[in-house]
Amino acid sequence: MNGVHDMGGMHGFGPIVREENEPLFHAPWEAQVRAMVVIARSRGYFNIDAFRFGIERMDPAHYLRAPYFERWLASLERNLLEHSFLTSDELDDRTEYVRRHPEATLPRGVVTAPAREAQDESVEPLPASQFAVGDAVVTRNVHLPEHTRLPRYARGKRGIVQRLHGAQIFPDTNARGLGENPQPLYSICFDARELWGNSAEPRQTVSLDLWESYLEPASG
Amino acid sequence: MTYDPEQEPYVALRTKALESLLIEKGLLSAEAVDELISEYERDIGPLKGARVVARAWVDPDFKTRLLEDGSAIAELGLPGGGNLVVVENMPAEHHMVVCTLCSCYPWMVLGLPPTWYKSFAYRSRAVIEPRAVLREFGLVLDEDVTVHVHDSSAEVRYMVLPERPAGTEDLTEEQLAALVTRDAMIGVARVSGPVHHLQGVVPG
Repeated sequence: MNGVHDMGGMHGFGPIVREENEPLFHAPWEAQVRAMVVIARSRGYFNIDAFRFGIERMDPAHYLRAPYFERWLASLERNLLEHSFLTSDELDDRTEYVRRHPEATLPRGVVTAPAREAQDESVEPLPASQFAVGDAVVTRNVHLPEHTRLPRYARGKRGIVQRLHGAQIFPDTNARGLGENPQPLYSICFDARELWGNSAEPRQTVSLDLWESYLEPASG
Repeated sequence: MTYDPEQEPYVALRTKALESLLIEKGLLSAEAVDELISEYERDIGPLKGARVVARAWVDPDFKTRLLEDGSAIAELGLPGGGNLVVVENMPAEHHMVVCTLCSCYPWMVLGLPPTWYKSFAYRSRAVIEPRAVLREFGLVLDEDVTVHVHDSSAEVRYMVLPERPAGTEDLTEEQLAALVTRDAMIGVARVSGPVHHLQGVVPG
């Protein structure tokens, strides 16, 4: 989807701010969020593509002002809600409870939900690849409001196949629960001038890992 | 962990609320969450990648295997290399890694990413003005160097094999590893030789 998350080439974000001796997490809740997401994914409650899509579907203004792990929390909530693990009323009510009872501790409990089969992001065997190293390809110019890993800046652009990565789960369908549909994945190298025209810095390339259905053979 | 209701941000309250609900519903356990957090704290992060780099510098056959297939990191006891591609910096070729769409990072060799790597500024600028980004990091490339930016758009992860600095011929593999910084393995810095190296510190 053409969301604000698709940031390659955007202007206006200023200098890259770096924190010296940055802690692993800036607050305990960040570590909790990360751990809960990893556990939920490992138990198959949702897959990584659905998780990314959940972040992408945040309200754009919220996305832009939220610290990193707040975006993870937003997607964790959305995916759990959409897969009916809990309701938003339950979560709102419990949050209010926690606010009014800061001394409350986490409950003890045992895990009773069955783990769903966790997915491997890399799949064997390799279906026949349409493209070979050195082939010229053009990326499709498609703009669907769905999850994709083809950024806007690289659509309708010509590049060269650099590497074959075997078959990988296709995020565009997997994110919506429409199946893994593994496809050959390629590393495609683009000249910066192809992407940015005369605004490109000299002597620069950008490589992206792109699924076969994002690509067409280049003519000529 | 104590909560000050005057200070606790809403997101912390929400997190605690969510975790408590998930525990009550039998979907996860507090113990599993705590154990995972401990693992993150114990993870040595970029020290893993530094060992890989040092090994590649001293062992040309390992380097060949590594550049062919990142799963060679298993030779150092590191898992997860099946999705790793290592790209080699040369005098006229400089590699740099980013994830413009989110924050994909070579966790198997570098641990958890720094906040700047996940920042909007880095994600947006690395693909369109990498030399300007590198200058901000204090790295100025000659005009005849080609910059290769890798936008990590799939589960494949990228790590840069930095150039071995001059004057390191007599160092042991362990001493070499101590020179290698996380930033050099992302591609926003070079590895400094022992003349410039701060004793006992692995920066980044």
